[in-house]
Amino acid sequence: MSRITTVFDKLRQQNRKALIPFITAGDPQPALMVPLMHELVKAGADILELGVPFSDPMADGPTIQRSSERALKYGVGLKDVLSMVEEFRKDDTHTPVVLMGYANPIEAMGYEAFTARAKGAGIDGVLTVDYPPEESGEWVEYLNRQQIDAIFLLSPTTPQTRVEQVAKMAQGYVYYVSLKGVTGATNLDLRDVADKLIQLRSRISIPIGVGFGIRDSMTAKAVAELADAVVVGSRIIEEIENSAEENILTNVYRLVTSLRSAIDEAGSKH
Amino acid sequence: MKVYDLPDSRGHFGPYGGTFVAETLISALEDLRVQYDRYRNDADFQAEFAYELKHYVGRPSPIYHAKRWSAHLGGAQILLKREDLNHTGAHKINNAIGQALLARRMGKSRVIAETGAGQHGVASATVAARYGMKCIVYMGSVDVERQAANVYRMKLLGATVIPVESGSRTLKDALNEAMRDWVTNITDTFYIIGTVAGPHPYPMMVRDFQAIIGREAMAQMQEEYDRQPDALIACVGGGSNAIGLFYPYLDSDIRMIGVEAAGRGIESGQHAAALTQGRPGVLHGNRTYLIQDANGQIIETHSISAGLDYPGVGPEHAWLKDSNRAEYIGITDDQALEAFHALCHYEGIIPALESSHALAYAAQLAPTLARDKLLLVNLSGRGDKDMTTVAQASDITF
Repeated sequence: MSRITTVFDKLRQQNRKALIPFITAGDPQPALMVPLMHELVKAGADILELGVPFSDPMADGPTIQRSSERALKYGVGLKDVLSMVEEFRKDDTHTPVVLMGYANPIEAMGYEAFTARAKGAGIDGVLTVDYPPEESGEWVEYLNRQQIDAIFLLSPTTPQTRVEQVAKMAQGYVYYVSLKGVTGATNLDLRDVADKLIQLRSRISIPIGVGFGIRDSMTAKAVAELADAVVVGSRIIEEIENSAEENILTNVYRLVTSLRSAIDEAGSKH
Repeated sequence: MKVYDLPDSRGHFGPYGGTFVAETLISALEDLRVQYDRYRNDADFQAEFAYELKHYVGRPSPIYHAKRWSAHLGGAQILLKREDLNHTGAHKINNAIGQALLARRMGKSRVIAETGAGQHGVASATVAARYGMKCIVYMGSVDVERQAANVYRMKLLGATVIPVESGSRTLKDALNEAMRDWVTNITDTFYIIGTVAGPHPYPMMVRDFQAIIGREAMAQMQEEYDRQPDALIACVGGGSNAIGLFYPYLDSDIRMIGVEAAGRGIESGQHAAALTQGRPGVLHGNRTYLIQDANGQIIETHSISAGLDYPGVGPEHAWLKDSNRAEYIGITDDQALEAFHALCHYEGIIPALESSHALAYAAQLAPTLARDKLLLVNLSGRGDKDMTTVAQASDITF
């Protein structure tokens, strides 16, 4: 069984929801990456999503764009991200790590080389923002050969017929984009999310994570009432961005523990 | 004879093209695909498009025989397809009108566009004014600075120009930002992409709207010269003017040459020659040749002409290159400038710097061919917008 499935099974037994923090690999600087990953786990993260820096992050808002630019200043590429995960795995063999990014760095490395190296580094899932299911046939085959989960997005504009198509290909969990917009936006409508998740549940058997626009404990808690996992990205990156370097680990720890408690309050109601 | 029928139903030109976008954009693209499929064969739509091209743009654009320049070069005859005479001064308006008419039928009240040199931004602002739509133009802040006159033109036409400060702050970043706007305002907004790039159906749709260039040329050549040209030459940034000219000729065996920007020279690394120097990858919704580093990061490009300063190229050109149906070569900034001045001097025509790349290759090719050969060059735009750039290159300040 994959590490991702194991985590969700265990949480279900405990009646808890998953917290999935997102950070960009190499932001604010490569040396801090592995300590930051361990700190996130210590603060209560169940799964880590690592952004692969890309020069043209079309689906991201200004916060994640800036984090990508900071990492790129250090020349952090896909192979460096894989090395970071490999390093992280020396001390943590149970926390699933999911890479999230854009197609071109993977195209540049090649499907075969990438999936083999990702497996070797201990990657559990990959979400490629600009590989929608209709362009993903060959890509998913390569991931499956290495038993890496292919994670897909669903959005408020995804029609029901298409949800079924995505459901057939999706593994690990599906990532529901909670709003019409880019990452870090502020127009999240909880009632919309609730309505949409009821529809999704009837068609999707694997866990559903919700992300984009979750900026505080209250929203995290509300989303945890509805979904199986809460993804928080831009808010954590803002914390990294606004902290003096020596305080980053402490400040991120504080933020993530508060998100953790909020999410656990939601879980305990059931 | 094999009939050219690309793209396939999902927008693929061989391995290129496709729909490489985030899930959030899929339904909007599907809607656009369905609506475009409906209207591309709709007689009323096509009649309105033809009417606008004739009465608003001033089509057909003539084919002009550059006799003095051809005589000076001493070889093949150079003919110019005069897209520079269109309303707003370039071929961009053909596509902007087509998409605006579609936007109106789809009930979209707000249009957005990206622009590099500002020509497509001006064309979009123009049609938005013409049809009473709100228009937002995204433009890299570097381009805003180097194309100040076009920024003012867009504002005069009622558009809002938003400078983009992310990434390299040029055309590719303007495209990223327009995509972000579209995904956020998907209900009321139509995204007018200016070139034959982006996700399906854009490369096909923009090609279809620009194919008027090649269809006219075919008829005009037959009528005026009683034969077709020996070669077609056009500059390629994203590649819309080139595809517009080439497309109706694809089933013929006439030679086609696309001219990319070799900038300060290929060996300098400062160029925008995606087809001749790039590798296939995925950017802006399609798979195509891209200028990128070993990590798959998109590299900043350089060309003296802002309209060619783009790290990708339309996927259909990628396919025409791989299938050897078209040839692609590079022309440097200096070679383009030389052709620019030659056309001013011998023909009294000030060409756009983009088009000057095509002219420069014609000037290389013509002397190697007999005097009875005909080269048809797409003079895709006029050079009024380039006065400052050309003056600077000659160390002149106004």
